[in-house]
Amino acid sequence: MGKTKNKSGPLARRPDNSAFKQQRLPAWSPMLTANTVLPFFYLLAVICMLLGVWLLLLVQSTQEIKLDYTDLGNCNECFDLRRNVSNAAQTCSCRVEFSIDKSLKGDVFFYYGLKNFHQNLRRYMDSRDDGQTLGRIKNLKKNPSSYCAPFDKDNDGVPIAPCGAIANSMFNDSFTLNYHLSSSRSVPVPLLRTGLTWYTDKNVKFRNPRADNLTLAEVFEGTRPPLYWQKPVYSLDPHDPNNNGFINEDLIVWMREAAFPNFKKLYGILNRADPIFEKGLPKGNYTIDISYNFPVQHFQGRKGVVLTTLTWFGGQNHFLPIAYLVTSSLILLAAVVLTVAWWKFGKDGKNMKE
Amino acid sequence: MQAVLSSDFSFAQFRYLQRLLLVHGRWSYIRMCKFLQYFFYKNFSYTLVHFWYGFFCGFSAQTVYDDWFITMYNMVYTATSVLALGLFDQDVNDRWSFRYPQLYSPGQLNTFFSKKTFVRCVMVSTYTSLVLFFIPWAAMQDSVRGDGKDVADYQSFALSTQTSLMIVVSAQMFLDTFYWTAINQFFLWGSIAAYLAITFTFFSNGLFFVFTSSFPFIGTARNSLKQPNVWLTMFLTCLLCVLPTVAFRFLHMQLRPTITDKVRYKAREEGQPAPAPYRPPPRRVSTRRSSYAFSHSQGYGDLVTSRKFLRLKRRPSLFGRNQSPLVENQPQHYRTITEEAEESQT
Repeated sequence: MGKTKNKSGPLARRPDNSAFKQQRLPAWSPMLTANTVLPFFYLLAVICMLLGVWLLLLVQSTQEIKLDYTDLGNCNECFDLRRNVSNAAQTCSCRVEFSIDKSLKGDVFFYYGLKNFHQNLRRYMDSRDDGQTLGRIKNLKKNPSSYCAPFDKDNDGVPIAPCGAIANSMFNDSFTLNYHLSSSRSVPVPLLRTGLTWYTDKNVKFRNPRADNLTLAEVFEGTRPPLYWQKPVYSLDPHDPNNNGFINEDLIVWMREAAFPNFKKLYGILNRADPIFEKGLPKGNYTIDISYNFPVQHFQGRKGVVLTTLTWFGGQNHFLPIAYLVTSSLILLAAVVLTVAWWKFGKDGKNMKE
Repeated sequence: MQAVLSSDFSFAQFRYLQRLLLVHGRWSYIRMCKFLQYFFYKNFSYTLVHFWYGFFCGFSAQTVYDDWFITMYNMVYTATSVLALGLFDQDVNDRWSFRYPQLYSPGQLNTFFSKKTFVRCVMVSTYTSLVLFFIPWAAMQDSVRGDGKDVADYQSFALSTQTSLMIVVSAQMFLDTFYWTAINQFFLWGSIAAYLAITFTFFSNGLFFVFTSSFPFIGTARNSLKQPNVWLTMFLTCLLCVLPTVAFRFLHMQLRPTITDKVRYKAREEGQPAPAPYRPPPRRVSTRRSSYAFSHSQGYGDLVTSRKFLRLKRRPSLFGRNQSPLVENQPQHYRTITEEAEESQT
C-alpha cells in the first residue's frame, strides 16, 4: 500500500494506492437475513405485548371525572351574560353538582379544560415577550417587544405588563370545591395552588423584576395590566405573597401554550393535610362554586373541569396501551407471514441460485 | 487532447473501460439513486408533518418543530450521513462486480430511480409523516406528567416529534447503507450525538439569558425527555415507521430476489470470489523487425532497428500482486514509451 515514488514526471498524478482512495476501506456489510430479522420481529411482538398489557393495567387503575360546565345547570345564566362583551365587568357565579361513586385514592389533581381554543395559532404564540417575563426592566417599562402588538401598550402609550395576546387571554374562572359530609354540612376541599409548574418555568424562565427595597406594586409602577384582566399582575394571588407578579403559577401554567385546541391545565392539587382528605377524595356529593368569567361562545368553545388520580405514566389516556397491543399483534402477523415466506422460498438460499 | 478536455471521463487504454463501467459506473449509479431516494424521503417526512398539524392549528402555518431544529436539520443533523452514503456506499465489492457483469443491468433498465420509485418514495414518506404526527397527537393530547404537570404543551410535543423524526431517519439510513465504513458510522452516530448536544445546549439556561427571544424552548428538553410516556410514544412511533420497511425488504428478498441480492448473498457465503485462472502471458519469440521506412528524412530508423520496442522485458509491476484486483485478471507486463525514455536519460 505504498505511495508511488515519483512526485514529478508522467506518473505524478496517479492517485495513492491507499484504502481510502481506492475505495477498499474496511467495512461491515450487513444484510437482512432470516436469523436476524425473524427473531427480531418475534422479540418486538413480545415486548410490545408486555408493554401494552402493563400500561393498560396502569391506566385502568386511574380514575377520572370530567365535567363540562359551559352551560350546565345555573351556569347557563352566566353563559348568557357573557355573550355580551359590555357585561364583562359584572361578576357571575354559578354552582355545579356532581357525586363520586368510588373514592379517589391518592393524590387528586384538579384541572380546567378548554375545547376549541387554539393556543397553537402562530401569531398568538408569537405574541409574548420572554424578556419582559424574565424581569428585564427595559422590556417592562420602556419597550415591550413589538411582537406583542397590539397588546404591548395601551391607548395612552403606557406599557402593558405582561404584554401580548397570550397573557391577555388568560383563563380567569376560579373554582371552589366543596364536599358535602351530610345534606346540611359541607366543607371546602383545600387545594394547593402552588407547585403546578415546571421547575425551570418557575425559577428560570419567569422572574419578577428586581425589587431591591420596593414592594412588588412599586416595581410595576408605570405599567398597566392587560386589557382583559380584572386584577393587576402584582396582586393575582392575595393569599400567597410569593405567588405574585410574573411568577404567579396560574400565569405560568397559562403561558405554556398547549399543542392542540382541546387541552387541560393544572389548577390545583388536593391538600391532604386535612384528616378528611388524607387518603384522597372520599366518595359522596360535591359541588363546585365557579366564578364564571371566561367567555367561550365567540369561538364555539367549551369549558370543563377534570378531577383525576395519576400514576407515573400519567392520567387516563388509553391510547398508548391499546396502540401497543395493536402494534404487537400486527408485528406478530408480519413475523408469521415472513416466516412462511422464508420457509417456503428462501430457506438455505434456494431462491438465491443464479 | 480536445476530446479529453471535453469529456467526462477519459482514459488511455480500452481495458480500463471494464473497470470504469462495471465497478465505478455501477457504484456511481447506485450511490446517486440511493442518495436521491433517501433525501426525498427524509425531507418529505419532515415537511408533511406540518401539513397534518395545519388541521389542528387553524391553518396558521405554525411549525411543528423548534425553529433551530428546522435550521439545523438539513445542514447539520442529516447532511453528513447522507453525504457518506453517497460517497462510500458499495453494494458488492469490485471483484464481485467483475465476476457478475449482470449487476450492470439495473442501470440500463433504470430500475433504481424512476417515476415509479419516486412515487413509491413519496407514499412511504406520507405514511411516515402520518405516523410521526398522529401517534404523538393521540398519545399526548390528553395526558399529563406523573406529578400532574404539563406534558401536552407545544414545546414538549415539538421536542418529542423532532426526536422521533431523527430516530426514524437514522434508522432508515441504517437500513439503506450497505457498506458501513468507519466514516459512515462516525457520521451517523455523530449526527445523533450532535442533535442531542445541540438540543440540550439550545434549551439550556445560559443561552436563554443571553438571547432570550431566540431560545424560548428553555427547560423543555430537561423536563419532557425525563418522562417515560414521552419515550414510550417515541418508541412506538419509530417501530411503526421502520418495521414496515424492514418487513417489505425481507419479503421482497425471499420472493423476488434481485441480482444484487443474489450476489450479496453469495459474497456473504463465500467471502471473495474465486480468482480467475491465471493465464501465462504468451511468450513471443520473434525476430520480427520493424518495417518502417522513411525515405524523405533521417526518421526513426535507428530507434526502430535497435529492437528496443519489441524486446520482452521483465519489469517490476506497477502494483504488486496483493495490491490491485486487476492482478487476478490480467498479467502485468506493460510499459510505456516515456518510461523507457526516462530510463535512457538516467
